[in-house]
Amino acid sequence: MSITLTVNAAEIQTDAAPDTPLLWVLRDELGLTGTKFGCGIAACGACTVHVAGQAVRSCQVAVGDLWGPVTTIEGLGGQTPLQAAWERHQVAQCGYCQSGQIMQAADLLANNPAPTDADIDAAMSGNLCRCGTYTALRAAIHDAARAMGSDQ
Amino acid sequence: MSTLGKITRRGLLLGAVAVAGGAAFGVYHIRKPVENPLAPDQGATLNPYVIIDQTGVTIIAPRAEMGQGVHTTLAALVAEELDVDFASIRVEHGPPSAAYYNGALMHGALPVADYAMKDWQHSVVGGLGAVSKLLGLQVTGGSTSTVDAYEKMRLAGAGAREALKAVVADRLGVNRAELRTEDGAVIAPDDRRIPYADLAEEAAARPVPDVTLRPQSEWKLLGRALPRPDMRAKITGKAQYATDIQLPGMKFATVRICPHLGGGMAGFDPAPALAMPGVEQVIDMGNGVAVVARNTWAALEGARAVDITWTDSPLPADMDGMFAAIEAAFDTEPNSTLRDEGDATTLPDGAISAEYRVPFLAHSTMEPQGATAWLQDGRMTLWAGNQAPRLCVQKAAEASGLAEDAITLHTTFMGGGFGRRAETDAVAQVARIAAAMPGTPIRLTWSREEDMGHDFYRPAAIARMQGALDQGRISHFNAAIAAPSVTRAAMTRIMGRAPGGADKGHVEGAFDQPYAIPNYRVAGHLADLDVPIGFWRSVGASFNGFFHESFVDELAHAARADPLAFRLAHVAPESPVAAGVLTRVREMSGWDTPLPEGRARGVAMTWSFGTPTAVVIELAQDGERIRMDRAFMACDPGLVLDPGIVRAQMESGLIYGLSAAVMGKITFAGGAVEQANFPDYDALRMVNTPRIEVAILQDNPHMGGVGEPGTPPAMPALANALFALTGTRARSLPLRDVADFGV
Repeated sequence: MSITLTVNAAEIQTDAAPDTPLLWVLRDELGLTGTKFGCGIAACGACTVHVAGQAVRSCQVAVGDLWGPVTTIEGLGGQTPLQAAWERHQVAQCGYCQSGQIMQAADLLANNPAPTDADIDAAMSGNLCRCGTYTALRAAIHDAARAMGSDQ
Repeated sequence: MSTLGKITRRGLLLGAVAVAGGAAFGVYHIRKPVENPLAPDQGATLNPYVIIDQTGVTIIAPRAEMGQGVHTTLAALVAEELDVDFASIRVEHGPPSAAYYNGALMHGALPVADYAMKDWQHSVVGGLGAVSKLLGLQVTGGSTSTVDAYEKMRLAGAGAREALKAVVADRLGVNRAELRTEDGAVIAPDDRRIPYADLAEEAAARPVPDVTLRPQSEWKLLGRALPRPDMRAKITGKAQYATDIQLPGMKFATVRICPHLGGGMAGFDPAPALAMPGVEQVIDMGNGVAVVARNTWAALEGARAVDITWTDSPLPADMDGMFAAIEAAFDTEPNSTLRDEGDATTLPDGAISAEYRVPFLAHSTMEPQGATAWLQDGRMTLWAGNQAPRLCVQKAAEASGLAEDAITLHTTFMGGGFGRRAETDAVAQVARIAAAMPGTPIRLTWSREEDMGHDFYRPAAIARMQGALDQGRISHFNAAIAAPSVTRAAMTRIMGRAPGGADKGHVEGAFDQPYAIPNYRVAGHLADLDVPIGFWRSVGASFNGFFHESFVDELAHAARADPLAFRLAHVAPESPVAAGVLTRVREMSGWDTPLPEGRARGVAMTWSFGTPTAVVIELAQDGERIRMDRAFMACDPGLVLDPGIVRAQMESGLIYGLSAAVMGKITFAGGAVEQANFPDYDALRMVNTPRIEVAILQDNPHMGGVGEPGTPPAMPALANALFALTGTRARSLPLRDVADFGV
């Protein structure tokens, strides 16, 4: 039996078992490897994607249980103010956690266009970075918020 | 796919012959220029670092990009001389080749403290780079990449530039000196622009003209914070790690290896796994199994389902047994006394002593171990994020039964390294699995649990410290350090035998500190304990920095002295460079301004990997909890090629060290690691990372590293701040065992 899902605005069929976590359908069945595996238990945030516009840990969502369209890092398009800010602040080091960081930050800014340091800390602390890019990351989120605010 | 295309084996052969033949080949091979291993499908290669084709310039950065920015700085060294637009260049990892030996690896070879090395001694270790060349040591580690590349990659850029100019000079019948270069083109005397792409093939066939390197005053790229060439790919999900490779008909694998380290497998029943949807094969790996499936999830579930009977670990049953084995090393003759001045063992009345302990630690890279392999028609192609490409090929050959020259290795980006990817275990595994399934590409991904349970750990260590004061100054400092030897364990894995002699790495961060103390001794004792251990960011300095700088703090307290002024009084006469970083953190942190009640500061300074680094941590009591509020760092790596990357590395090293200091602990029961995933072995998150300020000084006359030196002083600075805040002297880590950091 196949499952139909919407990923980055495209309708896609998969015959993966319905209890397969979305993470592995994205990475292994659909070839969208920008979403990363870090822990498998929602403890690191590397696999963060959006489902129906909300940040979720894709390692914890069974593909059979999806409740809306999926957006991955590939679906952001690369030209968002958030990614531009990431570039200005040269945030990424090894880069492995950064897809998840960006998807989480996008969710934060969608709900809170002018977050405080405390808001950012609260929203982002489920996303682990072993390179320790937190200083640049926080600065980039503030910068992106300013850039998006001035666009309005 | 990389633009490298087909790679010849000539370079590799050179190194292999040299190793087999030993030193007899030495002089010849040392003087002989390295052979160029590049053979691009399109375009021309002017030397092992430069490929030019119609689409632009590709620079080969022969070190592993694991976040530390080598793809930026090493490429900038070439681009500075080659006159190409930095934003337009491509950067790739080099193939496995002796051409990419790391000449700076041997900087640690002399048994002398780095800070005290005379210029002539720096020349000697420079000469020791020849040993690395002879062995073809293509290794990323020891914070050496920039030091090694500083001259040779600029020479590569300059040599390519002059060869390109020589082609134009011949064509136009003008003197090479009348030509200049700019933005990827040679500019003729009449201002005509001839693109490098039109000249490269001809230039590649010529001998390289003699070149002179540009003086620092003319640099346009070096010395500035450059945009990283890998940034865009890493923020759009396009950067490929070894566990992202996609190939036609690919299958997905994971492994489940005996959790009782050193133990094996008495037998297994694959049937429960094979009955699960998506599981295709269960492969006997000797000391465990590999499960191959249609996707990684099915492989992970299948691996859990295999019914396996494990055999016992030969390791001590519990942590008491392990620490007893380490303690027993104190009763043996020291392996080294690389610092032994005056008479530090005859202590005056009133001497103080203390014992310190630190635990085993995991690397815990964000990307769990993994690799991709494909055996087709007797040839294997491997994709691995790795710090030692030639070693990977060797181990993959041993595991697969193939000859080394039947293996092609592509080095990918690494989801964190920290020393973990100097190991070859996952590469050997994927080679073995792929060899068992000819024609089928295999992508191996470990679970986080497998990664945490099968690391090569930072060893646990014990230090016994004794010290005495005379008129407010340290008169005696006697340290004995016991731990299993990382160097010997790693070299046994690599070469099959351990080197003899004094193990310098074991006592680095302790014996080589710039303190003027008349009776000063550091003895290293090697423990007989066969836990898998390996190079963990800053290696021996990761524990010795804590031991040395905690005990200096205890002596400062005993002297009723200010800990920073106390350090300066001992350091300034020995090293003005080290005194400089202490003075700078004193200013930055407002050290001499008293803090309000409920706040306190601690300081530490460690000289490691050529770079003295001082850290001040400011703590705040926040109700029951203690918060790391601010951190101040000052480092002096000498000449700085990219201040943005140096700053990022300093912050990174600090957070790595603070994470270990607050919460890092790996424990064993029955030889099996008790921590499984991040909830058991976590690291600092954004919310509990302090606000960090970094100062970069450039008074050090010799270039030092930046990837590791931020880690050692972080741990004692935090412990010393905890003492200042609470009066609790933590003589073991992690600190959450004695104080509430809210983690």
